[in-house]
Amino acid sequence: MTTQTIAVTVNGVRYERSVEPRLLLSDFLRHELSLTGTHVGCEHGICGACTVLLDGLATRSCLCLAMQADGASVETVESLGRVDALHPMQQAFWEKHGLQCGFCTPGMLMCAVELLRANPNPDRDAIVEAIGGNLCRCTGYQNIIASVERAAELQRTVSEAA
Amino acid sequence: MSTIVKSAPIPPSRQREKPGQQLKWIGKNIKRVEDPRLLTGQGRYIDDIDLPNMLHAAVLRSTRAHARIKSINVTAAAALPGVVKVLTGADIARTTGPLPCFSNPPVEQRCVAVGRVRHVGEAVAVVVAESRYIAEDALDLIAVEYEDLPVMVDPEEAVKATGDGVLHPERGPTNIAIQRRFTFGPVDADFAAAARIVRRKLRWPRSGAQPLETVGAVAEYESGAGKFTIHMNSSMYNYVGWTMALSLGVPAHKINLVPVIAGGSFGSKLFTHKVCVLAASLARICGRPVKYIEDRIDNLTACDNHGSDRIYDAELALDANNRMIGLRCKVLDDYGAYFQYGVGHHGNALSQIVGPYRIRSVDLQVTAVLTNKCQQGAYRGFGSEVANFVIEWMVDAAVDELGLDSVEFRRMNFIRPEDFPYKIPTGNLYDSGNYAAVLDEALRLLDYEGWRKKQAEYRKQGRYVGIGIASCQERSVFSATEFWMLNEEAGFALTSSPEGVSIKIDPLGKIVVSLNAPFWGNSPETMATMILAEQLKVDPVDISVAYSDTDHGLAGTGPGGSRYTVMVAGALVGAAGILREKLFRVAGHMLEASPGDLELRDGKVGVKGAPGLEKTIAEIAMHAHFFRLSMPDDPTLTSGMDAAYTYDHPLTTLPSDDRSDLGIFYPIMGHMCHMPVVEVDVGTGKVSFLDYVAVHDCGTLVNPMTLAGHVRGGTAQGIGTALYEQYYYDADGQLLTANYADYLMPTLHELPENVRVGHVETPSPYTEYGIKGGGEGGRMGAPPAICSAIEDALRPLGIKVDALPITPRRLRTLIREAHAAVA
Repeated sequence: MTTQTIAVTVNGVRYERSVEPRLLLSDFLRHELSLTGTHVGCEHGICGACTVLLDGLATRSCLCLAMQADGASVETVESLGRVDALHPMQQAFWEKHGLQCGFCTPGMLMCAVELLRANPNPDRDAIVEAIGGNLCRCTGYQNIIASVERAAELQRTVSEAA
Repeated sequence: MSTIVKSAPIPPSRQREKPGQQLKWIGKNIKRVEDPRLLTGQGRYIDDIDLPNMLHAAVLRSTRAHARIKSINVTAAAALPGVVKVLTGADIARTTGPLPCFSNPPVEQRCVAVGRVRHVGEAVAVVVAESRYIAEDALDLIAVEYEDLPVMVDPEEAVKATGDGVLHPERGPTNIAIQRRFTFGPVDADFAAAARIVRRKLRWPRSGAQPLETVGAVAEYESGAGKFTIHMNSSMYNYVGWTMALSLGVPAHKINLVPVIAGGSFGSKLFTHKVCVLAASLARICGRPVKYIEDRIDNLTACDNHGSDRIYDAELALDANNRMIGLRCKVLDDYGAYFQYGVGHHGNALSQIVGPYRIRSVDLQVTAVLTNKCQQGAYRGFGSEVANFVIEWMVDAAVDELGLDSVEFRRMNFIRPEDFPYKIPTGNLYDSGNYAAVLDEALRLLDYEGWRKKQAEYRKQGRYVGIGIASCQERSVFSATEFWMLNEEAGFALTSSPEGVSIKIDPLGKIVVSLNAPFWGNSPETMATMILAEQLKVDPVDISVAYSDTDHGLAGTGPGGSRYTVMVAGALVGAAGILREKLFRVAGHMLEASPGDLELRDGKVGVKGAPGLEKTIAEIAMHAHFFRLSMPDDPTLTSGMDAAYTYDHPLTTLPSDDRSDLGIFYPIMGHMCHMPVVEVDVGTGKVSFLDYVAVHDCGTLVNPMTLAGHVRGGTAQGIGTALYEQYYYDADGQLLTANYADYLMPTLHELPENVRVGHVETPSPYTEYGIKGGGEGGRMGAPPAICSAIEDALRPLGIKVDALPITPRRLRTLIREAHAAVA
């Protein structure tokens, strides 16, 4: 199959790759770039586990071709924090027990990060709106809501300190 | 023939760590040690495993529910560039035998069908290619010619089928896999003498666990060593993983099963024999590593573990004082096309079939029928969730018919605290409990009386608000007898279900615990860390946790049946005891003190009553590892600092030969009370939650935060089962809910805003610290509670629910019928 060259900035690093036009963005991230933090749950756009930010917008990477990201900027869960320096959203999920198996978590985190960038003080309805399209089979979602609320609080503390 | 069966005596408790101690870690809300790597995308799930030179497999699945395979033409597929092999079931069968089956007699099943398909989605052919994309392209080029056979979808029809309608004719001329009646206690006399008999018929729907990660395996075969290595997200590999070697035709030491963490299971990744054996078989045939990960349709149509699918005819006998005395159930269970676990689900349910009530006799007739659907397996409750629903639903029916108060009726019929340990009619033992305390806590937490007042106000406004109650058992810690005791012939009548751990303290004093079962979305690392920190009085940050493969593993039955925390605690207490003894021997030598005078204190071993006279665990471990000759020349004092311990089931006995007494097989008995408040929109049939209280008694709490997580997650799944979820097969055996747009799971929008969790602690007298299991409870209590709430809301319309899920459409139908009846 013919390939096409694309240039995508992922987590701040610019990659030039030759890809098949049909290659999914999720597979591009996972298998071409070895960024396996983005998980594929249903591969038909329902579960939201594969959500990444494409030019800042939450996007299901299983419904998006890698070529559509040509020239764009992609952020995945690997862009957030490290185990010894968690992003406030990750820290909040840890504190509030917002995950169990962890498979839906990267998608939840990216949706929630998008929300807090636009709205640092979201009410419950705004949080429900932001993550209500993602499936989690472990938690019953309650602690995920609490995690996003806690992340907003942590970010406020950080910005007040700064 | 009348024989008097004498029950075996209750074995003495082997509990070493008593409940009620002052503890530093157990009982605290500790953040999970698993989380940082999961939160940063570093989890390493099965699809994150890549091996050099690895190939990718995709599976062609049957479009027919029941058919002979007349021919398969793979020529075009095999010619596609990038395709390495195209294999049919017959090709695979040349090197790989039938899959393991736990029923007796077994039902033959293969990882790719040979000659005949028995459900939509069954594997027909496999392509192995340089990429998954190419493999899937090639699937479209395979031509299969089928000859259709009669399709068995309705279980009541399937039991009557003959000729070509029989799925497995080699097993006999019927689709009935097992039909057996069990009676316990004076059930005929109780029904003959009953003042009242309540009767209901119920349909429990087939649903499934739907972990967000599917099942997968990455296998390699080293031809030089003749050995397989299979990376997989399954469980029970250190228990029955060796049976996969039988399928592959190699000795068990020629197969190494390597666990990765699983992206959810809820029972559904138990064993997963099809995927593991297929990947291994392909790796051997191709001479290169092979990855096979189910896609979502693979998993929905052909996973190992669809949930229970039953029709009940139930009867409840009451005496003149409104005491429940006898329960009779005729169950027709639609097992699907294969019978991997036999009727283990009914054995499971018999552990708590009378619920928390003093019902003294039980009559259960089970008919397991094979149909053209995916096989049943394990899903959070393993059949006991259905029995919970049935008993609670019969309680509600009795309360309704007799015009009684549902709270007081339950309270009057409860087994009382002074009755424990309490043997139920089936022979299982309830170790301990305080059901009234759980009920009272739920009533208090909900403000039950307050909600009853609000409900009356809402009724005046024409709003349909209902309060549900379910007081359910949550058996935990299964014994292996449940696997076989309901078969006519026991087959492999195993009685062990152990859990081992090994612990090593390195020369710098840090500790590695090796578990023999995987992470499944539960918290095995957190549990092990907390319990070991308690045992050795060390800082949790000094402990790390590893997962043993089968080459290095001890016995490990793994998570399932709400057993893991109880069992791993037993193993850790045993291993820590061995380590403590050795630490004291070495430290005694270093401190010139008698080991009997030593104690553990915050990462050190010191002389009792002598503050400062102590050595750190690091100093002792360094000494033990590297200074053999400076210790006494005693052959029992070896170098190193490690221990291994395998913990067996804490309380179990054998069933009687005639099965009138099933023995003690699921005794660590938790309990719960769920009280949802729902509102039904009679115009749309939508059910919404105004409040939800779930009080659980899982004995001594290890980590209240993670237990509450299980309760809420299980409750969400129970809500799905009650209101939305179903594997729906049409008359042709087509699965109409084979994607997530059609198989409806609860999202945030369908769930209670706040499931308010309460805890009561009635410690087990038989387990370490008194811990009971708690992994399945939510799903085992929510369905009857919600059903009860909906019936309560619609009481003015007199609506009774007899089938789940209670979808908006189903509810609208019932409401329309009720209005028509009134008009």
